Amino acid sequence: MRENMIEVKELIKKYGDVTAVDKISFQVKKGEIFGLIGPNGAGKTTTLRVLSTLLKISEGEVLIDGCDLDKESAEIRKKISYLPEDAGAYKNLTGREYLRFIAEFFDGKVLASKMVKKGVDIADLDKKIDDKIDTYSKGMKRRLLVGRTFMINPKLAILDEPTSGLDVINAREIRQLIKEYAGAGTTILLSSHNMLEVDFLCERISLIDDGKIVESGSPKGLKNKYDAENIEEVFTKVVR
Amino acid sequence: MRSKGLLNITRKEIKELLTPSTIVPVLVIALFFASMGNIMGGFQEEVEEKPVIGIVNEDSGEHSKTVMSVLEEKSEMVYNGTDRELGSKYVEEKGGTALLIIPENFSNKIDDGETGYIMVRWFMKGMGVMDTVSSGVVEGLIEEINREVSATLIERETHLPSSHLQRPILKEESTIIQERELEDISPSILGGLMSSQSIMIPIITMMLIMMAGGTIISSMGMEKEDKTLETLLTLPIKRSSIVVGKLVGAAVVGLIMALIYMLGFGFYMQTLEVSDMHLADYGLALSLSDYILVGISLFTALLAGLALSLLLGTFAKNYKSAQTLLFPVTALALIPMFVFMFTDIGNLPTVLQGVMYAIPFSHPIIAMRGLMFDNYTIVFGGILYSTIFSIVMIALVTKIFDSDKLVTGSMSKKGGLIDKLSR
Repeated sequence: MRENMIEVKELIKKYGDVTAVDKISFQVKKGEIFGLIGPNGAGKTTTLRVLSTLLKISEGEVLIDGCDLDKESAEIRKKISYLPEDAGAYKNLTGREYLRFIAEFFDGKVLASKMVKKGVDIADLDKKIDDKIDTYSKGMKRRLLVGRTFMINPKLAILDEPTSGLDVINAREIRQLIKEYAGAGTTILLSSHNMLEVDFLCERISLIDDGKIVESGSPKGLKNKYDAENIEEVFTKVVR
Repeated sequence: MRSKGLLNITRKEIKELLTPSTIVPVLVIALFFASMGNIMGGFQEEVEEKPVIGIVNEDSGEHSKTVMSVLEEKSEMVYNGTDRELGSKYVEEKGGTALLIIPENFSNKIDDGETGYIMVRWFMKGMGVMDTVSSGVVEGLIEEINREVSATLIERETHLPSSHLQRPILKEESTIIQERELEDISPSILGGLMSSQSIMIPIITMMLIMMAGGTIISSMGMEKEDKTLETLLTLPIKRSSIVVGKLVGAAVVGLIMALIYMLGFGFYMQTLEVSDMHLADYGLALSLSDYILVGISLFTALLAGLALSLLLGTFAKNYKSAQTLLFPVTALALIPMFVFMFTDIGNLPTVLQGVMYAIPFSHPIIAMRGLMFDNYTIVFGGILYSTIFSIVMIALVTKIFDSDKLVTGSMSKKGGLIDKLSR
């Protein structure tokens, strides 16, 4: 039985009077790829931002690798790597400089150099890695950011819409990378409204709607349960 | 159809362009110019008003009577007697410009072909342009007296030298400023000498605050626009380190930019220096330790400006809104520069004094002037205030960095105004 990397218990997140996440609970096992699926505004990004230490918990409890999110956020930041949706990078740096800038937050120079090398390999941008990020296409920027996410060997990678806005080829390559790193031991929590993507990537998923988790299980199990051909159909049946 | 389309696009453009962020700066600038107009109006009134003076007449001759008649007609005389010290006291108490002393034998000397000296004891209230206006008016009166006496001498058809006939009277002068009496110098010359030294500090302060403040606010705007801030906040680094790192980075960039500007300005100022007179001749030059204190005052003001800019920068939604949010900092840097160009802090109404003391960027300017007259209390007080201001601002910024606000934007009613301005 694998240990849990994430334990979310009755998490509530409010923005003033608006409840964005309403008493959700789920667990993600170590090395697992777990997906949060739902339409825009369902509460996926808010949940990921809470788990990434960007937002404070209103109510409930979150443990990441045994650390309490409310009390040990500094410790959690050493274990995680967060890739926000539409994330950018510093335009005036080259791809390599950006990777070094990030790597140096984690450890000494020798280890940072190893991280940068790994980041360069993952990004696979050839000579463009030494060009200013300002000159990168959207796909190249996303590859660089995926390189940044995985180069630090995070225990947990939190990916918000990892392939959003990418063309078919770039999206496919990034999905392959995610699969590869999950296989190497990194736990992955991702959000997507692309149901086919989560069907391909995730071992387990939770369907989220209006701030609440409405269904959870493996993609295959859910398809069987709702007698559906794909997750999109499952989702439609669940929320109807 | 075409005109309908044109109307539609024009309406859209106006709606896009006419936002609080574009209107408010223009309104504030308009108000600023209106208040500047009031100050200039006061300046004009002071030139037109009769100057307040005192007179000690120790001569009973014809020419002293001419002097008296001109002064009685064209000035407001708050003392007319024979006691020099009492006269000084009266003039100072009434906020007057000068005490004029007509010495014994003034008229006889002029009739004998010797220069008649009027002794002028000037009372200078500050180092701004406004503070030397009334002395200029009195100097004009002395010129008029010269012309009157000259005309009297010419009418008499005496055989005195023409140079004496043209200019029978000169003045012997001293200037009292901040309880110090400086011999052989008039307020206008002293004001000119002081401004050449003290103008640098207001300009350096303004440049530094605007450059460094602009850098840090833009940096926050770009972090949000480029969506790099979220990544930064999830890295294993203390939020306070991010705040301090941003402050130090902006300070270095601001210093470099200000230095480049100041080099150019320094060359410009050199070309304007024509006088052989120096403040050191009057004991008003600053020592090395004074310059160090000015430097410390400038540094704490810069720190306060950066911390305030960073606080405003946290409300920026993108690069454009960051530029709008820089406006209050720019205004706060410009106001002391303009106000102190006209007058000193002590000559302002109490409310305005409070406002000036509350703006941290006033303190390097106040320090520079205070140090010329060994007023260390005002210098150390300013440094302490700016330091406390910076600490409070940094604590507020760190608190915002530690909260949801930086990621979600302001949700509170308090943040509403800044939110609207940044749109």
